[in-house]
Amino acid sequence: MRTDELVTMLAAGAGPVEPGATVRRYAAALGWGAVGATLLMAILLGVRPDIVDAARLPMFWVKLAFPACLALGALYAAARLSRPGVQLGQVPAALAAPVLAMWLLAALVLATAAAGEREELIFGGTWNVCPLFVALLSLPLFAAAMWAMKGLAPTRLALAGAAAGLLAGSVAALIYALHCQEMGAPFLAIWYLLGMLIPTAVGAVIGPRLLRW
Amino acid sequence: MVRGLAGDSAAYHAFLKDLSAHLRAFLRRRLARLPDDVEDLVQETLLAVHNQRHTYAADQPLTAWVHAIARYKLVDLWRRRAGREAMNDPLEDELAVFASSDTEAADARRDLAKLLQRLPERQRLPIQYMKLEGLSVIEAARATGMSESAVKVGVHRGLKALAAMIRAGT
Repeated sequence: MRTDELVTMLAAGAGPVEPGATVRRYAAALGWGAVGATLLMAILLGVRPDIVDAARLPMFWVKLAFPACLALGALYAAARLSRPGVQLGQVPAALAAPVLAMWLLAALVLATAAAGEREELIFGGTWNVCPLFVALLSLPLFAAAMWAMKGLAPTRLALAGAAAGLLAGSVAALIYALHCQEMGAPFLAIWYLLGMLIPTAVGAVIGPRLLRW
Repeated sequence: MVRGLAGDSAAYHAFLKDLSAHLRAFLRRRLARLPDDVEDLVQETLLAVHNQRHTYAADQPLTAWVHAIARYKLVDLWRRRAGREAMNDPLEDELAVFASSDTEAADARRDLAKLLQRLPERQRLPIQYMKLEGLSVIEAARATGMSESAVKVGVHRGLKALAAMIRAGT
């Protein structure tokens, strides 16, 4: 087909485009993904029974704020990476800040704790399942985030996949925090982060294949 | 493009036609060794621009958006060909490095015009006269009706503001 004919054909079939495609796409993906992950959490794991009491403790809110901040950073990264010709800008800083803050808090807690308590603070009672459960809960979110990314136009596929994976992982960690009874800052700084990094790494690996257009 | 997105199909047609000429020039330089693929890739890129037009935001420089798409399609082509003819790969990579500068001047001018629009007039006009059209301070002062020192200050502040906009990555 000649290029001029293609141009005429494309222009003839083009209706108006609604603005804000990125926002709507991610809102839908996060909504459905979060519903899926919450159902999964409620059925498989159950909300922690003492959640009403726990909500009075500041640490409970720190535990929600850490993945929530990372989720915001990841959303920002994913939104920028899914449009051609947009630089990363402040993304690295937005992602590094919550992690560094959490590590700082963890270091403070460890430094002030008695020697015998440190192991308990780091490993808690569930260190070996926490990252896996976070990764498990991230599955519906991961599929939704990839769907959102796929409908837009990422040009750096590995990074875009990683951003979508981190978005899924951090929202999953946020939801998992409603079940998990661990309250140690060092626990969160290590095992929650690890759990979020599992879908991130998977996203970076399969992004180049899955997100091509 | 913006009017095209709003549903003005005549404006969109003109935009695509204009764009195909730009793309042809852009890709021909980069595909000097593969002249047969140029037109195919032009069409493929046009199609991608059309299909992905919902990802363009009006506050973003159009050239950056189009270029990212064209470059993506170009790299995609190289990657596909590299799979078939691994021997050609290193040469083509080198070509990409050398080719990266030749349309930049024209594109820079278009992006610059977009950024300049955001500056206040007392900074935009001095920059336009002195830096783009090459007038002297005195000539620029006469053309704008500003004092010579105001022209100098305008250029200085305007360039600083432009640099900040570019660093911010818009």
